[in-house]
Amino acid sequence: MLSIKNLQASIGENQILNGINLEVKAGEVHAIMGPNGSGKSTLASVLAGREDYEVTGGEVEFRGKDLLEMSPEERAREGVFLAFQYPVEIPGVSTINFMKTALNQVLESRGQQTLDAVSFLKLMKEKMKLVEIDQSLLNRSLNEGFSGGEKKRNEIFQMAMLEPRLAILDETDSGLDIDALRIVANGVNKLRSASNATIVVTHYQRLLDYIVPDYVHVLYKGKIVKSGTKELALELEAKGYDWIKDEVAV
Amino acid sequence: MSGNELISNKVSDKSIIDLIDLQIDQNSKIAELREQGREAFQRIGLPANKAEEFRHTPITRLLQKNLSLEPRVNPTGSIDSGAVHIPGLDAYQVVFLNGVYAPDQSSLPSGSAVVVRTLADAVRDGDTVALAHLGKYADVQTDGFVAWNTAAWSDGVFIHAKRNAVLDKPINILYWHDASGAEVISLVRNLIVVETHAQVEIFERYGSAGSAAHFSNHVTEGFVQSNGFLDLYTLQNDAGNRYQYAFTRIHQEPTSRVNTYAFTFDGKLVRNTLQLALDGEGIESHMFGLYLVAGNTIADNHTVVDHRQPNSFSNEIYKGILEDSSKGIFNGKIYVRPQAQKTNAFQANRNILMSDAATVNTKPQLEIWADDVKCSHGCTTGQLDEEAIFYLQARGIDKETARAMMLFAFAGEILDNIRHEGIRHYIEALVRERLHQ
Repeated sequence: MLSIKNLQASIGENQILNGINLEVKAGEVHAIMGPNGSGKSTLASVLAGREDYEVTGGEVEFRGKDLLEMSPEERAREGVFLAFQYPVEIPGVSTINFMKTALNQVLESRGQQTLDAVSFLKLMKEKMKLVEIDQSLLNRSLNEGFSGGEKKRNEIFQMAMLEPRLAILDETDSGLDIDALRIVANGVNKLRSASNATIVVTHYQRLLDYIVPDYVHVLYKGKIVKSGTKELALELEAKGYDWIKDEVAV
Repeated sequence: MSGNELISNKVSDKSIIDLIDLQIDQNSKIAELREQGREAFQRIGLPANKAEEFRHTPITRLLQKNLSLEPRVNPTGSIDSGAVHIPGLDAYQVVFLNGVYAPDQSSLPSGSAVVVRTLADAVRDGDTVALAHLGKYADVQTDGFVAWNTAAWSDGVFIHAKRNAVLDKPINILYWHDASGAEVISLVRNLIVVETHAQVEIFERYGSAGSAAHFSNHVTEGFVQSNGFLDLYTLQNDAGNRYQYAFTRIHQEPTSRVNTYAFTFDGKLVRNTLQLALDGEGIESHMFGLYLVAGNTIADNHTVVDHRQPNSFSNEIYKGILEDSSKGIFNGKIYVRPQAQKTNAFQANRNILMSDAATVNTKPQLEIWADDVKCSHGCTTGQLDEEAIFYLQARGIDKETARAMMLFAFAGEILDNIRHEGIRHYIEALVRERLHQ
């Protein structure tokens, strides 16, 4: 589904990604872990098409197409979804209105029938249950005044609405208490299927107790320095990141 | 200063005085007022370059450059009847064509509870209310345009809502210029009197045909008695070669309510001077403004809120979206007089610049002589939040729609405050159209 080859990216003068290689197949869950500043969020942002980053080398193919050639909205319409680490507050735009516009633009781009108000609300009510989110929250301005947990649940709600082929969760666990974490993880798990894939970007192993990965990769200084199975995450939790740094240094 | 010096220094002022003399009538009841205006104009003239109240709006230079200001009578012209009515908005209509009342296009309320007629008629018939209030609020001594208007206004509307009268639908006033043959200059004078417990909604619009330059110098005076209620909407959306100076001053008595809405979406130069005098306790005043302009449009809003008595509340929010090389000017004065304790006054001006060539000059001016008051003001000017646009794009929304959604949301704070549903829908549709949403 996703094939990343020797991806390099920089912001301003700073090279952040130094040649990432990663293959993700349908049905898989990959965890990207690493210490602060290792390039985890940069990787997520570059895949979603954030313009602040300049891709300086390498290639990314998504379902056989050149992902890097696409605008952020084209990527979303192809089925890439980024759950933001810091979801943006947008006063005056309700989540409902926003989601209706987004979903209909996605459907339209795929040549599918757009949803009228009634069928949209029906779908919305279904998906709301997945993430235990209340409609009153969705009537409000997008993320404005939401708690950290509400924002993250809103991200997963949007993911449920858009049914992406590839979901990238960028530090979705940050700032969540254990109940919110469980709700968010449940939502993600319910959305998993044999035809979609998930990349979980996280600093801590905690989230991986709930969203169990097939593969764990450790990112350090803009490169994947170690890959393994979920046991690698536990090892990192127990030993910290220093041994990885030492290993790389040697 | 001798008259000759004045003429040699200010050629355009002399030509305006000739214009004034051409239009001045001999009605004895207002002849004195007109003469005051003429004298004041002779003294003040058009604003000098960089005059304080016109620091960022070179109105005199633009008028001199684009209009001949030659003494002559406006062309009669015609009006497209399709422009008169707003589909789906049930309203009374008052239409002025090149400054002259157009009875064929107008439909006025019947009955005597709310008088709507031309000011020229009211004055000619010796209407005591009209004569009692005319010229009482707009100060001829400080503002050259007001002086000119006071001397030479041709007509306008007189609205008199008598005690307890509640008008069932808004009064739409359309100021139409037919500039297809020649330049048009119109001097419109309005007077609005809302008595105790009376309630009126007024919606002013501007439009034009033709490509010649045209200028309107409008003065509106309002008086709202205790517990009276006035909603005043003004929409400038004229795609023609329109220059405008509109002066509005409303005098509010205790526990009256006034809501003003100033929308500027088009025009070459649009200068609104809006002044509210809160002369009593328990008054509530809201001033909303939205300028959404492009091209080379200059949208200038100068406002004054004068708190003269204790325990009143004023709230002012003006927002601007400026594209291309357009220019926005906001100046908001709040006066709180020494006796006006427990005043609550709020003011905000927020702007989004959509291009590097667009500019905004914003200046809050608070003069507070009372010590027990709550006053706040704030102004911001910035670009659209790129992170927010990326967020919307990341959900599949194209960039243009994302920007339009953000801008519509920004304007929403003003649009949501439009109390009349039909007017709100109409203005919202105009904004959507402009934002291509």
